[in-house]
Amino acid sequence: MNDLVLSLFRLGFLVLIWLLVLSVVGSMRRDLAVGKRDRTGKPSARQLKKHPELAEPEAPARKPATTLAIVEGPLAGNSIPLNGQPIMFGRAQDATVVLDDDYASGRHARLFPQGSRWFIEDLGSTNGTFVGETQLSRAQAVELGQRIRIGKTVLELKA
Amino acid sequence: MNEVQTAPVPRRNLELVLLILALGVGAAAFYLVGSTTEGVDNSDFYVQMSIMAALALVVHVLLRIFAKYADPVILPITIALNSLGLAMIHRIDLAKGTSQSARQLLWTAIAIVIAAAVLWAVKDHRLLRRFTYIALLVSILLLLLPLIPGLGVTINGARIWIRMGSFSLQPGELAKITLSIFFAGYLSSNRDLILMAGHKFGPLQLPRLRDMAPMLIAWLLSIGVLVVQRDLGSAILFFGLFIVMVYVATARISWVLIGLLMVAVGGIVAGLTMSHVTRRLDVWLNAFDPAIYQATGGSMQIVEGLFGMADGGLFGTGLGAGSPYRVPLANSDMIIASFGEEIGLVGVTAIVLLYMLLVSRGLRAALGSRDTFGKLLAAGLSFTLGLQAVVIIGGVTRLIPLTGLATPFMAAGGSSLLANWIIIALLLLISHNSRRPTSGVSGPTDEIATPTKPKTSITKAVKSK
Repeated sequence: MNDLVLSLFRLGFLVLIWLLVLSVVGSMRRDLAVGKRDRTGKPSARQLKKHPELAEPEAPARKPATTLAIVEGPLAGNSIPLNGQPIMFGRAQDATVVLDDDYASGRHARLFPQGSRWFIEDLGSTNGTFVGETQLSRAQAVELGQRIRIGKTVLELKA
Repeated sequence: MNEVQTAPVPRRNLELVLLILALGVGAAAFYLVGSTTEGVDNSDFYVQMSIMAALALVVHVLLRIFAKYADPVILPITIALNSLGLAMIHRIDLAKGTSQSARQLLWTAIAIVIAAAVLWAVKDHRLLRRFTYIALLVSILLLLLPLIPGLGVTINGARIWIRMGSFSLQPGELAKITLSIFFAGYLSSNRDLILMAGHKFGPLQLPRLRDMAPMLIAWLLSIGVLVVQRDLGSAILFFGLFIVMVYVATARISWVLIGLLMVAVGGIVAGLTMSHVTRRLDVWLNAFDPAIYQATGGSMQIVEGLFGMADGGLFGTGLGAGSPYRVPLANSDMIIASFGEEIGLVGVTAIVLLYMLLVSRGLRAALGSRDTFGKLLAAGLSFTLGLQAVVIIGGVTRLIPLTGLATPFMAAGGSSLLANWIIIALLLLISHNSRRPTSGVSGPTDEIATPTKPKTSITKAVKSK
């Protein structure tokens, strides 16, 4: 093969491999921006500038939860002050709230703060954790007054 | 963009475009290798490239069916790295008259088929959480297998291989996956205990021993076995995996400091007492000493690699035009040096960037994942890929002592190829689950990350007690 052609080919190969790198970076840039918008469905800052009518009214400030009330179950009537630390529920002695309940697992669920909200997450329990009527499949935010059920125990967040 | 997008986009078409580009890179590399070397018919080119393309397309189609929302750039990057590796192994074959590339292609096919099987069989990575302790058991078994007399064989001073007939395998490569699964499963259930309970020790908070015991046992076992088997690279890999996963789970910088301290102490002790470690340090520090260059197991390999890369310069000699075959293990441990010689700094930088992008996509999947287990698993697996690349590329370029880790997807060697492809399958699954539309449940799922925010309040609470 002609030397000149070969040199051009070699240079072309380097161009091609960088083209791959750059197109990956290019697609990532878009992906990162899209990923955020996807889940919330909220318009981006740039879209807001173009279409001010898309802006949502400011949500009223949420009251932070300060106590966790035990509504039903063996410990009914008790309440636990929330001080920004995660709480673990279960029968195990090292749980924050030890549940004496045959329907609860050793390490059943954890309630943890993230930002201004509290989230409940099932720790792979046998009988599951319920918020309202739905069983948790992943960590989920809990609103004030929503009923969280672990075995026979029902919990509620209070302001 | 005028309309506000609300539905997640699968982006499989983008993947197809990038895949074609990636295969193009591979094909161009193959073509250059074949056309530069004289007196070689280029029939291999068509066979190898069409097999590679077919395999890539099979995975692509499977992703369209089983993991529609998987990350679109993971597969193309992997295919690009894998076919570049194949082309370089083929090139060394042509120079030496060996037939490693056919073997590598066979292993690539096996690895991709198994990765596809993982995609099909697992579907949801949360399934793996059930096997937390089984994964620990399997890891221990895999690490101990080469020590069984009759089954294990010693190659290049490291007893990390098992041989069955003409078929040899490095079970430790698979152990990095099972160990990641164990660490992720254990830490996702016991994170709070490790974070909250325990003694305070100066500025550091140490967890109670029994909360950390399974982790420490797992780690000590893997390191112990590796010291006995004399496989330094894997020891570093497992140690790094352990530290990173504990750090990602707890967000405590103190763990990283403890880990680095342990590395320093362990490194000094090993460097002073273990002969093969001492030799490696010596080779690293005094590579250009003629006595060390000429010694058996001396610095000849690494120095020849450096000479090769220097010869390549900025743009390289061109694929097929250099002489990377002068370096021992030019197609496995030293494959980056071979690339350095033939495609130069410009090309190798692109390869390093591809690794970096791959790791960043893995970490992105971890960020987006909705469950703690998935987060930890994706972070651990992508870190494993990244650390392997750093350790071996750093070793070849004499930034750190050279240890025998496989360059992911490129180096000749079936076990590492298989393990890394399984890692890719798992990362694709986790990214699918994190980008998939939620089933109508509200909540900022994306924000549930490792507990960085509770961290301060916990330490305050501990202080106030």
